[in-house]
Amino acid sequence: MAYEVPLRKAEYQPAILRARQARRWRETGVLTGLVGAAAFSVLTTVAIIGILFAQSVHFFRMPEVTVSEFFFTAKWPVLIGSDDNYGIWPLICGSLLVTLIAMAVALPLGLVTAIYLSEYAPRKLRSVLKPTLEVLAGIPTVVYGFFALTFITPMILQKIDPSFNGFNAASAGIAVGILCLPIVTSLTEDALQSVPRSLREGAYGLGGTKLDVSVRVVLPAALSGLISATLLAFARAMGETMIVALAAGQLPQVTFDPRDQIETMTGFMVRAAKGDIEHTGAAYYSLYAVAGTLFIITFALTVLGQLIRRRFREEYR
Amino acid sequence: MTPAILSDPQKRQDSLRSTTVRQWKNRLFVYFCTVVAGASVLILLVLLGAIFAQGMHFLDWDFLTSPASMKPTETGVATGLVGTLLVCGVCAICTLPLGVATAIFLEEYQPRSPFFRNLRSFIQLNITNLAGVPSVVYGILGLTAFVNLFGLAGSLDQPAFEVGATHYYQFLNEEPRIVRIPVASSAQDSPELETGMLAYTGSGRRVRLNVIAADANWPDDPKLAARTLRIGETGGLQTETSWYHFRLPFGRSVLAIGLTLMLVVLPILITASQEALRSVPFSLREGAFGLGATRWQTIRNVTLPAAIPGIMTGSIIAMSRAIGEAAPIVIISGVTSQTVMAHSLMSDSPVLPLQIFYWSGQAIQEFHDVAASGIIVLLGVLLLFNAAAVILRQKLQKPLS
Repeated sequence: MAYEVPLRKAEYQPAILRARQARRWRETGVLTGLVGAAAFSVLTTVAIIGILFAQSVHFFRMPEVTVSEFFFTAKWPVLIGSDDNYGIWPLICGSLLVTLIAMAVALPLGLVTAIYLSEYAPRKLRSVLKPTLEVLAGIPTVVYGFFALTFITPMILQKIDPSFNGFNAASAGIAVGILCLPIVTSLTEDALQSVPRSLREGAYGLGGTKLDVSVRVVLPAALSGLISATLLAFARAMGETMIVALAAGQLPQVTFDPRDQIETMTGFMVRAAKGDIEHTGAAYYSLYAVAGTLFIITFALTVLGQLIRRRFREEYR
Repeated sequence: MTPAILSDPQKRQDSLRSTTVRQWKNRLFVYFCTVVAGASVLILLVLLGAIFAQGMHFLDWDFLTSPASMKPTETGVATGLVGTLLVCGVCAICTLPLGVATAIFLEEYQPRSPFFRNLRSFIQLNITNLAGVPSVVYGILGLTAFVNLFGLAGSLDQPAFEVGATHYYQFLNEEPRIVRIPVASSAQDSPELETGMLAYTGSGRRVRLNVIAADANWPDDPKLAARTLRIGETGGLQTETSWYHFRLPFGRSVLAIGLTLMLVVLPILITASQEALRSVPFSLREGAFGLGATRWQTIRNVTLPAAIPGIMTGSIIAMSRAIGEAAPIVIISGVTSQTVMAHSLMSDSPVLPLQIFYWSGQAIQEFHDVAASGIIVLLGVLLLFNAAAVILRQKLQKPLS
């Protein structure tokens, strides 16, 4: 047997192996690209938190602002750039008032509609109701704001009680409620749908009417889903901007009279941006402090909603 | 534990008697439900009816084609429509690749290594949370990140980089005629006038400037007079931009608005694309793997084509959200420059929802009618988009399993 000189690796490696190598490289490249794209959303979060935090620090360093004043007093400047206190509470109260009115509209309506859609509705009616809700969800919020300002206030509220201000918390709250209605309905319906049939059948077997089954069995079983839907809608209502900017007014004050004009956190941000304030000074940086407060509140609500939802999902797997 | 209803004979009796009551309650509840559920339809009808009644008589061809104006009878939506379409285009171009890539990573790569698994669930959680951030906060982010570029690349007055713009100072001489003197940047002060400087007349002719003393006689020769200015006069800065105008930082421009809207709708698009990918049956992927395809080959040739209809519908829904969004745009552009027609990515153009907001906020009643007409146009654009989504879904969707 003749002695053979061993081939070098490059010579015996067949083309197919090289192709495989190239393919592996391509796979890695693609995966890197995809991870990069996915990382962008993380970058967004980091940027939001970083900017809000850094600029808020800037705000609290201003000579005319103190931290205790911001968190513990209830007076927000009515005129941008005036020497008033920067105390966040009037804005938070305004946001809360609008949100509470919105929830008073959206929750009962949404809950009953969801029960109806999930437990009762004949197919034909369902096929009308669902798209209607989707259309309601797709209407831009500035349209709701216009509707609140030019229809709900003068045509409904002021006809009922003339003491309603032209800008008032009630009309904004009602419009925000209509906006939240599809969210509440669809999330609640999802929660109701995921209650297993066996529970319903058990209740029917015990002689329950449809009402008994819906209210005493399905609703309690879906309770955590309902709570999470409520929290999400609440967060959405807190962050709603165009409706309150148009219809709620521009007077930051602590009041729980829905006929009064108020100002919300988001409403202030729009007013400040609209006024073309200078990019220095307390008024400008207050924009970031208010945005930070709003972000923390809505973020907490969203996370809480998710936690409750996740717990709920595990129950009926 | 025995329920109270069984242990107490009296209560049990009541319960049996109440069976008919319960039946009645049930029937009443159905009526109640129907009425309440019908309320949403009623609200929609009232909303659309009120807006149409108010805005219909203003809506005509002139309204669609004329630019915005300070007078309610002359104003139109042309500037807003062009701005909206440009912004939406920027938003779509940026959002689609990012969103679909993220969705592919989250759905198609179910990683085995703990690091990647943690990364994946972290990103997923992060996207869910981003979807709950109020859009006005994204406006703040856009203002800092895109309008000012964190203050890193010059300022709005002194951009670090600029192409496609010519700045000049415009003077009026005694004729009065326009004389323009070009300057290097918008930050420069009104130039010192000297004889022999390069200047342009109002008709665009290149001339050499002739400067005379403040008390000197005005020249008689009309050609000379046209390029003559008195010493010490000050002009106003003007900027002409071409369609490829680009600068850093972006300023309150179409580009900045589009990028901000990208941040707003990205979570929506990612979620929709994820659902589209999830609905592709696993047997298709397994078939491709069985033939020896790699993961990316499977995605590119099998999964993605099958998911395209769903992704397209999702993107159109995301885009219609972007079209209607006004809150972040108010933060970015204020309510200035409502009358500028966008002609480059750097124009600070109005968009339709912003115009509606501006008109709605006016005290004059006619502006409210204009706003209603604007809303009809906006809803019309949205309807077109949604119709496109429905048609696409029907044309492209094939049964997969």
